[in-house]
Amino acid sequence: MITAGIDMGSRTVKVVFLEQMKANGGPAWGVKGKHMMFPEDLDMDVAAEKALADGMAAAGISREQIGRIVSTGAGRKQVKFANDDVTEVTSGARGAVFVCPQARTVVDVGAEEGRGLKASAEGKVVDFAGNEKCAAGAGAFAESMARALQMNLKEFGEAALRSDKVIPMNAQCTVFAESEVVSLIHSSVPKEDIAKSVLDAVASRVCAMVRRVGIDGEVILIGGMVHNPGFVASLKSSLGVDSINLPEMPEYIGALGAALIATDGQA
Amino acid sequence: MARYPTEPIKCWNKVKQLRENYYIDYAKAKERGGIRWSGSSTSLCAIPAGLGTDVYSLTGEPYGAAVATDPKLNKQCQEAVEAAGYARDLCAYMRTYLGSLLVDKYAFGGPFPKPDFNFQIQACCTHGKWYQIASKIESVPVYTIDIAVGPYEPGKNEAALNYVTEQALESIPWLEKVSGRKFNDELFIAAAKNEMRATSLWSQICLLNQAVPAPLDEKSMFSLYALTALSKSSQWCVDFYEELLDEVKDRVARGIAAVGNERCRIIFDSQPPWTFLRLFRYLEEYGVVSVGSFYTFALKGAWQRAADGSLVASKLPWEEGIPMNSREEVMRQYCHWTLSRTLLRQMFDSRIKTEVTLQILKQWDAKGVVMHLNRGCEGVSLGIMECRQALAAAGIPVMTFEGNMGDEREIDLGRTLNRVDSFMETLNLKRDFAHA
Repeated sequence: MITAGIDMGSRTVKVVFLEQMKANGGPAWGVKGKHMMFPEDLDMDVAAEKALADGMAAAGISREQIGRIVSTGAGRKQVKFANDDVTEVTSGARGAVFVCPQARTVVDVGAEEGRGLKASAEGKVVDFAGNEKCAAGAGAFAESMARALQMNLKEFGEAALRSDKVIPMNAQCTVFAESEVVSLIHSSVPKEDIAKSVLDAVASRVCAMVRRVGIDGEVILIGGMVHNPGFVASLKSSLGVDSINLPEMPEYIGALGAALIATDGQA
Repeated sequence: MARYPTEPIKCWNKVKQLRENYYIDYAKAKERGGIRWSGSSTSLCAIPAGLGTDVYSLTGEPYGAAVATDPKLNKQCQEAVEAAGYARDLCAYMRTYLGSLLVDKYAFGGPFPKPDFNFQIQACCTHGKWYQIASKIESVPVYTIDIAVGPYEPGKNEAALNYVTEQALESIPWLEKVSGRKFNDELFIAAAKNEMRATSLWSQICLLNQAVPAPLDEKSMFSLYALTALSKSSQWCVDFYEELLDEVKDRVARGIAAVGNERCRIIFDSQPPWTFLRLFRYLEEYGVVSVGSFYTFALKGAWQRAADGSLVASKLPWEEGIPMNSREEVMRQYCHWTLSRTLLRQMFDSRIKTEVTLQILKQWDAKGVVMHLNRGCEGVSLGIMECRQALAAAGIPVMTFEGNMGDEREIDLGRTLNRVDSFMETLNLKRDFAHA
């Protein structure tokens, strides 16, 4: 038996296939394959079909082998071939607890939205809080600020690690923050200090959401910002925790959670 | 997926008609030689009622809500008030009201009908300033009663009660001066009693929503409570709530549901975004009925606590043997009644809201809360996040979303509905159906 989870994100489509294991005390389901695609087509259903087909080809499986498909993410309702859909909140918690069973606090920072989740041992959402109509707590904010500093995201994250300065960034809004960054550039503040200041600001916004649901058990960070070491350092400091679990495939946690939900009642 | 029988509310067309009459009567008051005044829906409206039977009011917040449901006019109003220098983070109702004055357009047709005077209380941090500005634009006099006396504790704040009662009594010669009319104590006393009846009746109606299935859904309650926000001291207002009470009792007795597929009860918090009431219809797709809220119950409802802590409708003072014969006696009881209102008390101590919200959840058997982080109202939003924290600590599932009761530019519809989906998943609810 194979299930599939498909995460229709704002920029990418991710697919994860789970295969039922021959249980010997280990997990009942294991990852059979995964695939990420940057859709060229605005038609989300077409994009989903292509991502699934490419993913199946890469994993060497056929459509007939897939028992159930669950979609998630912003475009989840556009996936006409899915058997069910769940929100990214539900799939994120389920996937995060699967890869890190001790985690009860899930921090999810993707391109469009940041959120804090409190999860149960089964990966069910107990409480959640997200940013509202503001990008300042999301990855898009960091991207925008990196552009203002004429750096790519990798350089931006690594640069922040080289700074030990604390420069408060007062703006809560991407637009105003950009003008603050420009002012700092004109004041000849080193780029690494500005990068750290920006990532401290994002972490502070995310931290406020996490504190809203409360920090419980171990913390895991999922979403694209896992790849930004400067942000991870800022978040750790802001949350006041010694360690944050970083999954190996952070972008796939939503799709993984959806694939896990597809297994419910299947085994 | 119907689990219970349902049928339309019989009083529905009547409440709509009374509401329309109210706005038209205000606009046409001058044709009848009457008096027009404006002020907050929380103002002590029984006092101007002492000037005659042809006195018509326009309450500011419901007017703001009415404009909010007309996106074209609302946009004109918001742009006009912003062009005049008023910031977007101010009270949305005030901005709409002032904008309506500036563009000289009345939501119910014609130019904005200027009042003869403004009569206001300073309930939240905006109220007094709102009508001070309006009076300058209109060149009409304003009288504002300060009720910032902290969270009033009935029986414990005699000095506070004296302070407000004296201001209210002093307003009478002012009203006589600006209107050129003699104040009629009998009319005032009747109006004050009407207000107590109407607000207590609304509480009795809310209490009936404890029944399963709920006879009323909150989206409908928003329209039904409206009369208490328009003209709570009018006889026609009392008459309507007596009729509605009988109808809701009948619905409970016959097991008539507001939402036929009710399977989960929640409560809301704060004023809703008025252009986005379909949020409540969306909840119904999951079998969720919002049975009320601190706001809907307490905005105009008169409440007291029973010995076991439960919420009960306030008893009418004259039925408790309290004398209400002279102007002074009635004014004191009237001010006591007003200051005791839960919503006004919460504006001075947000813990009151948390405590009452927890009691509502228990008493109305609600399983979660949808909180509107309302950027349009500072008073009602006071302490909302502390309230959320306390509810979460008590194990109550809470969903928050950001919006504005009166400015649709501040609402992200798609994201909010997505958040509702997540919240429903945490409550283990699947959609029963989708509205067309």
